[in-house]
Amino acid sequence: MLLPLLGAALIALIPSAQERLVKQVALGTTLVVAVATLVKAMSFDAENTELQFRQSYSWIPSFGINWALGVDGIALVLILMSVILAPLVILGGWNESEGGRFGVKTFYILILVLETMVIGVFAATDLFLFYVFFEAMLVPIYFLIGGYGSGERAAAAVKFLLYSLFGGLLMLASIIGLFVISGQNGEVTFDITKLSELHTVMSSTTQNILFLGFFIAFAIKAPLWPFHTWLPDAAKSGSAGTSILLLGILDKVGTYGMIRFCLSIFPDASKTFTPVIIVLSLISILYGAFLAIGAKDIKRLIAYTSISHFGFITLGIFAMTTQSQSGATLYMFNHGFSTAALFLVAGWMIIRRGSSTISDFGGLQRITPIMAWSFFIAGLSGLALPGLSSFVSEFLVLVGTYTRYPLAAIIATFGIVLAALYILIPVQRALHGETTPGNENLKDLNLREKVTIAPVIAIIIFLGFYPSPLLKVINPAAAHIVQQQGYSDPAPTMNGGK
Amino acid sequence: MLAPILVVLAGAVAGVLIEAFAPRKSRASSQLALSLFTLVIALAALVRTRGTYSSKAAMNTVTFDGAGYLLQMAILIIAIIAILLLADSDKFAAAPTAAPGSDEEREAQAANIRVTEVYPLTLFAIGGALLFTVATDLITLFVALEVLSLPLYLMAGLARRRRLASQEAALKYFLLGAFSSAFFLFGVAYLYGYSNSITYSGIAAAITGGTANDVFLLIGISFVSVGLLFKVSAVPFHSWAPDVYQGSPTAVTAFMAAATKVAAFGAMLRIFYVAFAGDVWQWRPMLTAIALITMVFGSLVAISQRDVKRMLAYSSIAHAGFLLSGIIALNKSGLDATIFYLFAYGIATVGAFAIVSLINDASGEVTDLNRWAGLGKRSPWIAIAFSFLLLAFAGIPLTSGFVGKFSIFSAAYESGNTAILITGVLSSAIAAFFYIRVVVLMFFKDPVEDGTSVVIPSIYTRITILVSLVITLILGVFPAPVLDYISQTAFFLR
Repeated sequence: MLLPLLGAALIALIPSAQERLVKQVALGTTLVVAVATLVKAMSFDAENTELQFRQSYSWIPSFGINWALGVDGIALVLILMSVILAPLVILGGWNESEGGRFGVKTFYILILVLETMVIGVFAATDLFLFYVFFEAMLVPIYFLIGGYGSGERAAAAVKFLLYSLFGGLLMLASIIGLFVISGQNGEVTFDITKLSELHTVMSSTTQNILFLGFFIAFAIKAPLWPFHTWLPDAAKSGSAGTSILLLGILDKVGTYGMIRFCLSIFPDASKTFTPVIIVLSLISILYGAFLAIGAKDIKRLIAYTSISHFGFITLGIFAMTTQSQSGATLYMFNHGFSTAALFLVAGWMIIRRGSSTISDFGGLQRITPIMAWSFFIAGLSGLALPGLSSFVSEFLVLVGTYTRYPLAAIIATFGIVLAALYILIPVQRALHGETTPGNENLKDLNLREKVTIAPVIAIIIFLGFYPSPLLKVINPAAAHIVQQQGYSDPAPTMNGGK
Repeated sequence: MLAPILVVLAGAVAGVLIEAFAPRKSRASSQLALSLFTLVIALAALVRTRGTYSSKAAMNTVTFDGAGYLLQMAILIIAIIAILLLADSDKFAAAPTAAPGSDEEREAQAANIRVTEVYPLTLFAIGGALLFTVATDLITLFVALEVLSLPLYLMAGLARRRRLASQEAALKYFLLGAFSSAFFLFGVAYLYGYSNSITYSGIAAAITGGTANDVFLLIGISFVSVGLLFKVSAVPFHSWAPDVYQGSPTAVTAFMAAATKVAAFGAMLRIFYVAFAGDVWQWRPMLTAIALITMVFGSLVAISQRDVKRMLAYSSIAHAGFLLSGIIALNKSGLDATIFYLFAYGIATVGAFAIVSLINDASGEVTDLNRWAGLGKRSPWIAIAFSFLLLAFAGIPLTSGFVGKFSIFSAAYESGNTAILITGVLSSAIAAFFYIRVVVLMFFKDPVEDGTSVVIPSIYTRITILVSLVITLILGVFPAPVLDYISQTAFFLR
């Protein structure tokens, strides 16, 4: 699954001056990868909760480190999301790379390298390998933000990098801890399955400390309140494509890591910290929503809505029911596409208008109807309107949470109400109303942009009505994880419409 | 078994003879050829001794074992790539004995005199370094220390430009070095008083025998440690490092920062693992405290540096703290990890200083970081190479630095030292900040137009940089063979 990409990254290295060719090769590569992954995914056995498509080679035997890859339903869905988004990012930001600091070629090399690492991070079944991808991933995205963004891009890139490095190093401390403990109880290993048996021999204090190392790293990545402050700056300063990669794909690594490592390696510590984490998620949901309502900059707005959405995802993960767990994974997938849609359209709006302040737009509905409609649908998907994909996942998360933590679910519901506000206010300001001076001559979407946005919207609507193909893949894996935790789904106690 | 050391010292003597008799014109090239030849022969001689271990060499003063073999090998490899840097000899003073700014100096410069004493001096220092790692009695250790140090004091003062700073560095290094040697000898005397022996095995036997007064032992260990900690620039014995790193000619700094560190840590490993191991409960708290302070102090102070050589000096102080945690671990994985870390760090350091020596303006090297702004635009390859080495120092995965850090911290944690693990990881985070800052400066700031330029590297410097990059990458991506080799080979004969 990985190899075509590595080769492709090398191909992109060869041609230098021919910018068009570079772009075409990059686009072609990502498309081939997407198709190849889809084909491979067809042969995935959804009923089986074991890891599939496994490959394993010894890498550093003296530390018990293997180059081991494999996917379960959750990882597969996230990989699918990443490989589908990658060509869209390239196509949507066809001219983004120009005027960057490092030239066109570098831009595409960075994206392809990043794609490789993202697939690696989702597919790694060796903790050390995961960590290597997790950290190495920072380098390309750092240069993407710092080299091709706008405004205070260098500062934003550094802030992002330092936050992530700090979290990563905390995780490293925990990994070393696990490594030594595994060595004291048999052979040193980084295999996730074997590590998840270690919790029986760890004292609860050790487990809690190691858990925190992992959790803080993932909470910074996700980002969860109060670790979120890097995100708005990075999202605002990055180009639209970069922001999609960052929020749509990379941040999922955080929530994915919570499922894969926090839950399965430290089940007892997860239980201990669940109340705290649920409170943090709720704060994220509401806090992100309030900030979004007050945001003046369109990209900051999207970033804040994401903080709110990640609150939902974390809530779903730690509520520990099958529904909430599959809801959370589906949420990650859907959030990827609705954020992509928002950023794509927002990016085009910003390029046309030369400004990212919401109040500079106005009356776009009349001047550029297609662009306005796309933004509208993307926005609605962000507020989880029934019939659009994110409704299903948000509903699952809430229902799943309600069966275990009713109060938390009720508070989270306020997030939906606020979502209506933070989406509809900018929609009303930017799309409807008087035409703001200076907007009269904006052009509507061209063919390339239409081709880009069409599949995204198609996916959003299709999954809104028919999510079951994905759920079929996710459900067994999610149920397996909940079982591993020693939870069983509580019987719904109130049947009134729930 | 003494062959490598003898070869290097013989090479040094031959170098002195060349200096005296060969015509000035051909000196530079013949010196370089001789030094390289000597080092390669020494390396070959060393490889031949593999497996023939003994603790009785040179009347029981020197021990050859796996750890010594690995350390000597590391020193020789680092020395080979570092000595290539000396080949750009317009970096050295034309008339080192003349007072800066004097007529004599101007004449020498006008005559385009190229001074080549630096080669035999380096060889002497390498000979001392090799001996330093295998010495197993305190007097031999002291002799090795001086053989290693004296040439370095001289070499620090050889810079062609900014000669006053260079001479100040040399003097400072010499004075502080002399102090620390005195401390060292003082400690040796106490250890002799305690154990009635100057050999490591004698001291170890006295500790386990345990009839003598422990106070003498503690004083002895403390003062000997001061002498060694000075050499590795651990806080609070670090104050010479920034000035000396900055003032010395960059090629000398590269050698000093890399090879000396390997030698000094090699000697520390041996003395703490072999001689003092029985007394671990007394020295471990002391060394732990020093390691913690060293890590944190080095990382914090490096943040405020504006000069690239000073920054690398403080970063080397922080790395000394990390390396100390391998000594404190006092287990097999600590030994393996320290040797790996030393090798990886030494190689990366030589590469980094080689690149520093390339950034020049009309009046010499530019080490002011602000003037490095925009280097990524002007010479992207140099900037990428330097960034890669910085990432290795910061311990980002896929570089040798990461593997090193991982193994040394896990060794520390294995010995039950959680404080080291947590502080080490946190100070790595701090350290990442200033490494990243340089990357930002090179890539995201616009260049200042003040005539700073990158000189076209000579073939020698090119080889140095390339070798350093390749080894750093290989040790990061496929460390398995080297790690296995070290863990099979590294042991101490007691």
